[in-house]
Amino acid sequence: MIDWSGYIGLILQGAWVTVELTLMGSALAVVVAFAAGLGRVSRFMAVRALATSYIEFFRGTSIFVQLFWVYFVLPFAGITLTPLQAGVLALGLNVGAYGAEVVRGAVKAIGREQREACIALNLTRFQAMRHIILPQALPLMLPTFGNNAIELLKGTAVVSLISLTDMTFQAQVVRAQTGSTLIPFATILVLYFVMAWLISLGMRWLERRVTRGLDGVRA
Amino acid sequence: MAEPIIRIDNIVKKFGPLTVLDGLSMEVMPGEKLALIGPSGSGKTTILRILMTLETISGGFIQIDGEQLYHVKKAGSLVPADERHLHKMREKIGMVFQHFNLFPHKCVLDNVTLAPMLTKGIARSAAEKRAMELLDMVGLADKAKSMPAQLSGGQKQRVAIARALALSPKIMLFDEVTSALDPELVEEVLNVMRKLAAETDMTMLLVTHEMGFAHDFADRVLFFDRGKIVEEGKPDHIFRNPTQERTQTFLRKIIAAGHRV
Repeated sequence: MIDWSGYIGLILQGAWVTVELTLMGSALAVVVAFAAGLGRVSRFMAVRALATSYIEFFRGTSIFVQLFWVYFVLPFAGITLTPLQAGVLALGLNVGAYGAEVVRGAVKAIGREQREACIALNLTRFQAMRHIILPQALPLMLPTFGNNAIELLKGTAVVSLISLTDMTFQAQVVRAQTGSTLIPFATILVLYFVMAWLISLGMRWLERRVTRGLDGVRA
Repeated sequence: MAEPIIRIDNIVKKFGPLTVLDGLSMEVMPGEKLALIGPSGSGKTTILRILMTLETISGGFIQIDGEQLYHVKKAGSLVPADERHLHKMREKIGMVFQHFNLFPHKCVLDNVTLAPMLTKGIARSAAEKRAMELLDMVGLADKAKSMPAQLSGGQKQRVAIARALALSPKIMLFDEVTSALDPELVEEVLNVMRKLAAETDMTMLLVTHEMGFAHDFADRVLFFDRGKIVEEGKPDHIFRNPTQERTQTFLRKIIAAGHRV
């Protein structure tokens, strides 16, 4: 009879690494998404070109390859990252590229009439974005941001390839040591699902918060 | 003789291959109340939008209050103005839109105080005091904390008027401000504008299909067709004894459609 408590503890340690990666990766992704998404609607050509190149590059190449580059190739350029740093960087940049398009779409969805009101009231472009456009665009972004966060959570499993002991990595360790396949994999299946579900709940709560008072304004 | 506050000189506006305004010139005196009427597509709304810098111009010059709107002097010649110049010029002009364009995520009071606080650096307390006076003037002081979605169209438009007035512009532009309203809500907005015309010496330009209101409100009426001023004069002249055939035809159609003159 196997004593599972130690092995489950191992998987829970891995679960914590997965949570860390998801939280930090999402934080980076949000920052990058806003920077690149707003860059895409900049009136400066160079800024638009830079943002577009970033988005197309990171959407167009695989997260595996990006991770390998960040972890194995960057050291040749003198930048050595810990596995956790490399994981956060690759995940954040990858998901941020998708998020950037969400930001751009939501900002574009706030129509001409609102922008013209801002001009007529003599707001600067920055003031209009900060006080009028973004507050209305944010509720439009949240559902897709929720999707992206869940994608990022599931993407964290790839970091086991750079020897980071996340939940998937630990499940494989447990499988190798105990010979049992069902128990470790069933455990992480449930854990991933619970984490994704918590993200969904969190996003729904956020959505309710930011749309308060806007009922009936915009579907 | 005072100088005109608006001097439009040979303005050309093209949308792609379509020429909307073709060498239009006109002047508006300070304090004058002007009604711009004419069929849709005649260019009257475009003039307001150009004055508010919502459109660019394809040619010509506009002077507002003695200063070029779209141009600045550089090394002795006039060159297209940058955003900073436009920003300075917009202080003189306010606009009320057909579809109100209130900020749906801000309460009525914040809609009115936002621009004075951001663009003039007025303190919140002072901005709110002034906003309440304006809301009182448009009869909506009790709605200060309401969200725009909770208001009727007529109420929204009155808030929009208060919002534009909060910046104390010298020139106010009204672009078909009652066209999007249910008929029974039109009068409450027109009443506010009558009050405004009687109590202030602001220059007001009004694009409207409310001929009865244009008649009572305006010092001068301009009839537009195909980007040109076909006829202009005192309201009594335009509405009672128009000399141009196109003016007569237009007014006949408007009356046939049930509008009061």
